[in-house]
Amino acid sequence: MADPMKIRATMSGDKVEVKVLMSHEMETGQRKDAKGATIPAWFIQNVTATCNGKTVLSAEWGPAVAKNPYMSFKFAGGKPGDKVAVTWVDNKGDKRTDEATIS
Amino acid sequence: MARNFGLMAAAVCALAFAAHAQQDKSVIDEIEKYRAALGDGNPAELWEARGEDLWKQARGPKKASLEKCDIGLGPGVVKGAYTVLPKYFGDTDKVEDLESRLVTCMVTLQGFTREEVVKDPFGGPGKKSDLEALVAYITGSSRGMKMNVAGTHPKEREAYEIGQKIFFHRGGPHDFACSTCHGDDNLRIRLQDLPNLSKVADAQRAYTTWPAYRVSQGELRSFQWRLYDCFRQQRFPELVYTSPASIALTMYLAKSANGGTYNAPAIKR
Repeated sequence: MADPMKIRATMSGDKVEVKVLMSHEMETGQRKDAKGATIPAWFIQNVTATCNGKTVLSAEWGPAVAKNPYMSFKFAGGKPGDKVAVTWVDNKGDKRTDEATIS
Repeated sequence: MARNFGLMAAAVCALAFAAHAQQDKSVIDEIEKYRAALGDGNPAELWEARGEDLWKQARGPKKASLEKCDIGLGPGVVKGAYTVLPKYFGDTDKVEDLESRLVTCMVTLQGFTREEVVKDPFGGPGKKSDLEALVAYITGSSRGMKMNVAGTHPKEREAYEIGQKIFFHRGGPHDFACSTCHGDDNLRIRLQDLPNLSKVADAQRAYTTWPAYRVSQGELRSFQWRLYDCFRQQRFPELVYTSPASIALTMYLAKSANGGTYNAPAIKR
């Protein structure tokens, strides 16, 4: 199973700033290993973020995103104590959800 | 006329030189900006989190965690421990750095064999290194504290002196020493500025920003890796993981950084 994400959610003025670090190989499918065989593509395809269950961000990613990606975004309508949950799904169907409380 | 031409050539040369120096400066500034932009989301935090789990998990044939491991400030003390390393440990009668100490604890407390522990000390494609994760967690727990390596025990003094000798020892097919690249101001390897480790400020800045997440490798790299790769670049024989030579060199560099504020795991290009 994939390693946990690191999520920080803090108030920044009247908006919530969310910073997420994900642990993922993000293989492009373009690289070859030491024996010359193509390393199969393996990357995060969908990212969604919810605040108290309501979707605040939905993104489609591709192989151009770097290994161990970092994502930062802001949204309106959150307040301290609310729960922010982030979910990613990769092209192998593996997924991971982690949660943080807004401070 | 000939004289004028000479003067003009000299003037052109001076201009070209000034422009070159200015360009160097702006390149370095731009790299600094790049580092600052990356610093906010340093993936080293992922290693720190995994390392903390590994530290607390009961593992190995003896089903024990590492929470009784003495890494410098007594059994189980993690906070600040990295600032006093390397140091002399009575139980092994050796000077040890963080990584050799972790190997010791994984063998004595958890019952792994030494061969199992040091098989893959550095992570790579498709393999994760437990040691690098543990190193990230433990070093991260010393962030903001001052480097304070004693180096007073006779064996510590001996290690320091050997480390200093290695630092200045020239050898290999390129007749290189560590000091060839790290003993003068304003030297670089490609676009990377090299710290002059004979100067306190540079030595502090260099030592206190390792280990680091290397963006170009997508891996967190430990101090043993840093020295291993320096040796490789010098075309020296392989620096054996946690060998007495590697610890002696670490001792010399760590002590040279005394008083510097520890700020790692950092992020490097």
